[in-house]
Amino acid sequence: MNLASPPSYPESKDAAEINGIANRIRRDVIRMVHAAGCGHPGGPLGLAEIFATLYFQELRLDPENPDHPLRDRLVLSNGHCCAVLYSSLARRGFFPADSLHTFRKFGSPLQGHPHKGHLPGIEMSTGSLGNGVSVAAGMALAAKMDKLPTRIFAITSDGESQEGQPWEMATAAAHYGLGNLTLLLDWNGIQIDGRTEDVMDPGDIGAKYAAFGWHVQEVDGHDLENLSSALAAAKEETSRPSLLACRTVIGKGVSYMEDVSDFHGMAPNDEQAKLALQELGDPAPEDLNHESPALWNN
Amino acid sequence: MLGAVGMAPLNYSAPLPLQVATPPSPPDVKKEATRAAYGRALESLGHSREDIVVLDADLSGSTKTAAFGKSFPDRFFNMGVAECNMMGFAAGLALSGKTVFASSFAMFAAGKAWEQIRQSICVPNLNVKIVASHAGITVGEDGASHQMLEDIALMRVLPHMKVVVPADSRQTEAAVEALATTPGPCYMRTSRAATPIMEDAPEFTFGKAFTHRQGKDLAFVACGVEVYQSLLAAEELAKEGIECTVIDCATVNPLDSETICEAAKSCGRLMTVEEHQVTGGLGEAVAATLLENNTLVPMQRHGMKGEFGQTGPAASLLSHYHLDGPGIAEQARLFLGATQ
Repeated sequence: MNLASPPSYPESKDAAEINGIANRIRRDVIRMVHAAGCGHPGGPLGLAEIFATLYFQELRLDPENPDHPLRDRLVLSNGHCCAVLYSSLARRGFFPADSLHTFRKFGSPLQGHPHKGHLPGIEMSTGSLGNGVSVAAGMALAAKMDKLPTRIFAITSDGESQEGQPWEMATAAAHYGLGNLTLLLDWNGIQIDGRTEDVMDPGDIGAKYAAFGWHVQEVDGHDLENLSSALAAAKEETSRPSLLACRTVIGKGVSYMEDVSDFHGMAPNDEQAKLALQELGDPAPEDLNHESPALWNN
Repeated sequence: MLGAVGMAPLNYSAPLPLQVATPPSPPDVKKEATRAAYGRALESLGHSREDIVVLDADLSGSTKTAAFGKSFPDRFFNMGVAECNMMGFAAGLALSGKTVFASSFAMFAAGKAWEQIRQSICVPNLNVKIVASHAGITVGEDGASHQMLEDIALMRVLPHMKVVVPADSRQTEAAVEALATTPGPCYMRTSRAATPIMEDAPEFTFGKAFTHRQGKDLAFVACGVEVYQSLLAAEELAKEGIECTVIDCATVNPLDSETICEAAKSCGRLMTVEEHQVTGGLGEAVAATLLENNTLVPMQRHGMKGEFGQTGPAASLLSHYHLDGPGIAEQARLFLGATQ
């Protein structure tokens, strides 16, 4: 085990493979949330390409050694979207995928919102919006002061941008020139109570970060090429923190969930789950016996 | 008077008389603010501990972290007037192996950033030391908005959080060392006002309460600046034949139940003294431990009784709220009279 250099990048994958992983994540999300009978399916479905790209292309991680000191780190500041994080970690090899059905169940390390110390690969406990981005920035500051090659990623959202703390963080991250920090904004225009523009219009979030001194790129959060090139540009930018303002569609991939606020925080019923799995090309869409390990390995 | 310049009178339940004189303090007592000792000890620690990182929220001159910043500019970060974000940064640094000291005024550290302390520091049990100055009414002239009277309650209720309230600068210096070697979240409350240094006091040990004097009639259990004031009260009462024990409860959480219960048993009566709301503070911590240890003695919580502070010199405020030696002695007499 080499602790003197960061873990290597994941093996190179083509777009079809990354898309395949995104699809697998979506099927996992549907099964996890349906098995739990509650949770947040919409956001995770909209983040599938972003997480497939981050965990299978961008992040230098070692599932065998999850606390590698030079690993890259990802903080899910919008912690309610943790189904996508758990699925990605499982698929990346941090723990067995057939434990995903325990999501939100009593005694499971797959807590309703990420809880550090319970599950390998979870970098921070999150769930209260606004908090995680500051923690990620603190990690970036630590890496910068120790001149470590570690890069820090955080996922934030348009709803979270209504909090005040991200803007305190944005000021400080720019002030300290945290070029090793990349924030990805899940910008789907939906929050619990409806459309963000109706609830509390956050305006042009990308322009706001740019005004705070950040390197900002607007990205189609479902376009792999677009995501990869923006991540590459963010890596090149080492003097300022970067924001990928990712336009996403909540519920992406499941027809009746797309752009619908109801599925921000509601689990599908049996019929809806079967339909979703069918639309996602699951080989056994009628089988909702999620405790069966075969369903997570098909 | 105030009305003559068009100002409404202050609507306090017991406004401070404008003519109140600052009570004199004994001239021969050496004094230093606990925040000054914190600054000195932190800077000293910086030389031996490279993992120490210090954050402040634009108050480094007042919290006294500036000395560390001057000696170790690469390990000191001013986070500006943004305490919530500072706690998040502290968590991120701690997750990266740093031992973080984060300072601001108690009002803004424990008050404004409570949720971040809970979620980002206590839930994941991180190695962050929050050292908050300007606690209590001895903040003085800044008035109610800055006189944090609820921080002990807010901090001691949090799982994993250790709470230390040093009584003088000697204790504070030892406490900084203890905090740096005690894993997990800690909160230390320091004071703005210079307070007497108790040269003869026992050494600070984390988790221990110290017995300054032994009596048989009443046990004072105090923390912070109220330890010295309780000693003054005990001296005054001794002249009247009332013998008091004075316990310095420098670690409020975890509480030294054994020392407190023993004192309660040997004196038969106990009074807590703190410049904090009586609700949720040291007093209630002590009450709970007495009850749970079946040490049922008459007890009174003395402190701020459900009101906010106000502007004035620290000494005047201590006097007004009966939190100076004579005031505590007076409260003690009333308590003893009522429980004869």
